[in-house]
Amino acid sequence: MSAPPVPAIVVDSVSKTFEVPRERVHTLKERALHPFRRVVTDTMLALDDVSAAIEPGEFFGVVGRNGSGKSTLLKCLAGIYGVDSGRIYVNGQMSSFIELGVGFNMDLAAYDNVVLNATMLGLSPREARRRFDRIIEFAELEDFVELKIKNYSSGMLVRLAFSVMIQVDAEILLIDEVLAVGDAAFQQKCFDEFARIRESGTTVILVTHDMSAVRRFCNRALLLEKGRVVEVGDPEQIGERYLELNFSAEARAVETRLREATDGAAISALPRHEDPDRHGDGGASILEGWLEDEHGKRVTVIGTGQPLMIAMRVVFGETVVDPLFTLTIEDDEHRIFMDAGNHHFPGAGRFEVGQEAVVRLSFAAVMAPGRYYVTPGAARPGSGLDALDRRDRLISFVVTATAHTSGMVVLPFDIAVTRSTENLIT
Amino acid sequence: MSAAPLVTEGLGRPIKGPSALGSDFRRFRQLTWTLAVTDFRLRFFGSVLGYLWQFMRPLMLFGVLYVVFSQIFDLSGGVRFYPVALLLGIVLYGFFAEATSGSVRSLVDRENLVRKIEFPILAVPLATVLTALFNLGLNLITVLVFLLAAGGRPHWSWLELVPLIAVLATFATGVAMVLSSLFVRYRDIEPIWDVVLQILFYVSPIIYMLQTVTDKGGIGATRAILCSPFAAILQQARHAFIDPSHISVTDAMGNDLLLLVPLAIVVVVFVMGFVVFDRAAPRIAENL
Repeated sequence: MSAPPVPAIVVDSVSKTFEVPRERVHTLKERALHPFRRVVTDTMLALDDVSAAIEPGEFFGVVGRNGSGKSTLLKCLAGIYGVDSGRIYVNGQMSSFIELGVGFNMDLAAYDNVVLNATMLGLSPREARRRFDRIIEFAELEDFVELKIKNYSSGMLVRLAFSVMIQVDAEILLIDEVLAVGDAAFQQKCFDEFARIRESGTTVILVTHDMSAVRRFCNRALLLEKGRVVEVGDPEQIGERYLELNFSAEARAVETRLREATDGAAISALPRHEDPDRHGDGGASILEGWLEDEHGKRVTVIGTGQPLMIAMRVVFGETVVDPLFTLTIEDDEHRIFMDAGNHHFPGAGRFEVGQEAVVRLSFAAVMAPGRYYVTPGAARPGSGLDALDRRDRLISFVVTATAHTSGMVVLPFDIAVTRSTENLIT
Repeated sequence: MSAAPLVTEGLGRPIKGPSALGSDFRRFRQLTWTLAVTDFRLRFFGSVLGYLWQFMRPLMLFGVLYVVFSQIFDLSGGVRFYPVALLLGIVLYGFFAEATSGSVRSLVDRENLVRKIEFPILAVPLATVLTALFNLGLNLITVLVFLLAAGGRPHWSWLELVPLIAVLATFATGVAMVLSSLFVRYRDIEPIWDVVLQILFYVSPIIYMLQTVTDKGGIGATRAILCSPFAAILQQARHAFIDPSHISVTDAMGNDLLLLVPLAIVVVVFVMGFVVFDRAAPRIAENL
């Protein structure tokens, strides 16, 4: 039995705090005038007991929202920040790309900058000079070698920097969101290069927001939130969790806002004619509205294509026969995505004062990822214009998807590609 | 999440975080050199006149001081080659001032190196000192030309200049380490150091000659002045390089043991500078 391979990187319960002085003593003068004043500092826990093992040859993604600690983790791995506790081991030559073109000097020509940058990134100056031609060739900047780089366009600069980066042959690469560079053609080249790096067995740690890059390249990914590891797993799964986390935070914020405005005590405190989001004569009151997933659990986030139920609870203030209920779903930009009601369904029957009705609308959430709002309404029978109660945008929810779409809906489909045997040039 | 491994042997190279020298001394050397050479070249070849300015700066100061202090007030103190001695003083002072005041902001100016890649942090101020040293080399050529023109002749004692400049560079490096790491936290170091440098210019026998000090203030004043490493190095350089009529430091102090004072100051400043810098280094990146 052979020993398991040594991981390329071992992160062993790493914690890192930043000390943020509340009032910063910026000058020696202040320090001299108040030698005994204690400097009050807040500590900010950026990484909290993070552990991970990254296998050799893995393309490993680190994802998380802004401020989740992912860049701090990368900087700790790179040795730019020291850690407070825990240990990091690295097996192999490592190079980090947290920013493209570190050490670039605008007043120098491409040659000097390539040597400078490559030296910073870990090549010896001699090796850097030797690879210059290859770098320039990859960057497609052969015609601009003599030009000072301050005269380069930003696209050219990025190309040059990226080309240097991929020429630094390290066994382990730490990369911080530098993928989206250059024009479409160069981007394709970069992606090809990433694919090549991946094939060549180089271990890559990629920190990014871009879930499509994670899905495209990574074997595994780690999700960070508030400095803690949420999950390590395959990119699909992590992508799902990430979007959930991302949107649910947003959804939570919206929900809190909505609740503050219209919920519970607020409803009774606010006379309904003063609530601008409320319409109708008060013959009935919509008490609440909510979303349920297929298991009957109340949710605010749902994956595209999942079965979804939107519900409202209504109490009647007068006797109504066969009331009409509507649920209007709109997207972020006030476009009505769907308008459902029981107009063409059998009558709901007679409701006496004080009786309650629960309306449930079920369908598959085929809409594209994004935020949606539901306006529930109850009206007297007839045209539906004689409103008992309507509450604009009472419910909000988020649809997530792992794949990006530019369409408005995601419908199940089948696509067939067959080779045509006609019209062959013979 | 993988469990934290208990076995730590054989897991590879531990990452210790940022430090003054980094984990690889060769890389430290290469980076210091690369930074210094780039800086020097930028200043030297940056503009058509860059080359000229590098020479002109000390020469212009020299011109003014020379006219004022040898034609209007006579401060030559009866030594030979006063103008060359003055120029040498300006050039050595220029090196010290450039190396130290340049290093004050160096870490802040090179923030992206310190914050974006794993970098031996000491390379930054050290490169500043090294660049200043290159400039000093150029300026010494000017001094040499003046000396030969004034009638000075090559002499073996010129070689003494090498260890003298090495000691001065060590001193400057020590100061640079203290200043650059302090500047990260205290931003008023810059104007404070400017004032200190001004004072240093006038308490050192740059414009006036040590001979004048001895004549007017006696041995006590001479000894006091020569306790300053800069003054002692300058005086010895004049003795060795320009003309033996510039009294040597040991003769001026009248006691060989007293020579240990400026030397000790250099050693203490250097060691202290390194300790201060080394202790600050791990957190410089995040405090910038």
